[in-house]
Amino acid sequence: MSEKFTKGMARNIYYGGSLFFILIFLGLTFHTTKEMPKRDHRHNITESVERGKELWEENNCVGCHSLIGEGAYFAPELGNVYVRRGGEAGFKTFLNGWMNAQPLNIPGRRQMPNFHLTDDEINDLAEFLKWTSEMDVNGWPPNDEG
Amino acid sequence: MNTLKYQSQAVAKPYFVFALILFVGQILFGLIMGLQYVVGDFLAGAIPFNVARMVHTNLLIVWLLFGFMGAAYYLVPEEAETELYSPKLAIILFWVFAVAGVLTILGYLLVPYSTLADITLNHLWPTMGREFLEQPTITKLGIVVVCLGFLFNLGMTILKGRKTSVNMVLMTGLIGLALMFLFSFYNPSNLALDKYFWWFVVHLWVEGVWELIMGAILAFILIKVTGVDREVIEKWLYVIIAMALISGILGTGHHFFWLATPAYWQWIGSVFSALEPLPFFAMVLFAFNMVNRRRREHPNKAATLWALGTAVMAFLGAGVWGFLHTLSPVNFYTHGSQITAAHGHMAFYGAYAMIVMTIISYAMPKIRGIGECNCNRAQVWEMWGFWLMTVAMVFITLCLTGAGVLQVWLQRLPETGEALSFMVTQDKLSIFYWLREVAGVVFLLGLIAYLTSFFIKEKATA
Repeated sequence: MSEKFTKGMARNIYYGGSLFFILIFLGLTFHTTKEMPKRDHRHNITESVERGKELWEENNCVGCHSLIGEGAYFAPELGNVYVRRGGEAGFKTFLNGWMNAQPLNIPGRRQMPNFHLTDDEINDLAEFLKWTSEMDVNGWPPNDEG
Repeated sequence: MNTLKYQSQAVAKPYFVFALILFVGQILFGLIMGLQYVVGDFLAGAIPFNVARMVHTNLLIVWLLFGFMGAAYYLVPEEAETELYSPKLAIILFWVFAVAGVLTILGYLLVPYSTLADITLNHLWPTMGREFLEQPTITKLGIVVVCLGFLFNLGMTILKGRKTSVNMVLMTGLIGLALMFLFSFYNPSNLALDKYFWWFVVHLWVEGVWELIMGAILAFILIKVTGVDREVIEKWLYVIIAMALISGILGTGHHFFWLATPAYWQWIGSVFSALEPLPFFAMVLFAFNMVNRRRREHPNKAATLWALGTAVMAFLGAGVWGFLHTLSPVNFYTHGSQITAAHGHMAFYGAYAMIVMTIISYAMPKIRGIGECNCNRAQVWEMWGFWLMTVAMVFITLCLTGAGVLQVWLQRLPETGEALSFMVTQDKLSIFYWLREVAGVVFLLGLIAYLTSFFIKEKATA
């Protein structure tokens, strides 16, 4: 780099530039959190949804599955599983049957453990997944397969 | 023979040794998971995939933290030209962190995760069960305590010594690391908010403050091995980290495309994260320029190789592979696919695993009293380790990229009804996963060669 461009100038760009963009980022974060209630329909977070999220976390579901694209890529996306597996009409029945059928023990197939959840807990989990699927996430995923 | 400028630099040794032990664990669990991708029920009862993955990623994070801490304990006194404020504190914190880390990993392996959550009273302050932040809340508190003690120790050292740019940048990075980690304690029941601030830890670590740490370590090594004027190197360092933060802070937006967030993030995230390869490209220019303009022939060829290697691989893994899927119209199809996994592997190895091995390569011969460098034979083993691991990682990345492209083609691009389901798609990717597993075994061989180099002595000449 040229001699005219000194270390001091580089340092000032670093401090000034970083500070400038930190402030913009904080401003946008402030605006985003103000806008989010319109999209995340947080008024629909019931106690059941809250318990469902805790079950999701305490069983490390994200260790195999992704949720709105984040998590592990070993097992299907679950952000829209409510839509994919029956929706209003059939999802709860499906999930209860699915959870109780684990492990499937099909030789060579990826295996989901049985987490020994009660019917109430499976219902909470279903409510959480339903609520998640109804968030407005700018149209992702591209199709129902997730 | 004593080859350290400041005796207290020796506290880095247990940090480096323990980091490498955890690194071995990380790779072994990686191989288990890689096999589970194709032989789904392999060890499914004993080590379910979610457990293996948690161990794999948490070991990575923890060994890199040990590596960064070791690097700081080695580098800060030498830059500050004074002994470390308290070597005793550094050793105490080492044991606290090591014991907490081992207990946490054993917890993952020995009891079901939900039991671990119960035992550690997760319901009092739920923070567990989120990707990379799976540690029990009590472990997270322990990490905070260790970080505070660590920063206090370094801060006191710098206060009484010389304040170089390398030290200031490293400190800024480490303080940022501790600060951003605090967001891991915020876990609202609203998933959208949870995810939004989860990225404050994950993104602002790896695409933010960790780059300062990497830049500072790289600058220190280049000063040492090339003998180029400090002013020149520190100027480069500021330019690189300025680019890193200017692009990386708003680049966080590339994680807010598909969240309950305003659509403007698709523009901001795409534009700024498209600039994120620049600091990594500058690092490549920087490293090669400084080595070409070297004023001395440093006998530690391996350390120089690691320094050049980390710049190149970070540029490829974080820069190029990051850019591949960072524009929102592309990311719409690739988000959460094997493309993401490909990028993650090469970026973490290239930028962070390799920078830690760079400083280990430079510092360990001095800490062990061997001298400026290991003997020639040991360096040859080390360089075999470098090439085997690096080439294997390139192949792992290419395999996962192939898998990702096919996955997008089969599962994401077609309309609902036409698209294959996730599990059917996975079956069709198995050839890529098998090749990835083979590359993983080569990586392990490279790691063995690398570790062997620590035990190689010059042949007695007859």
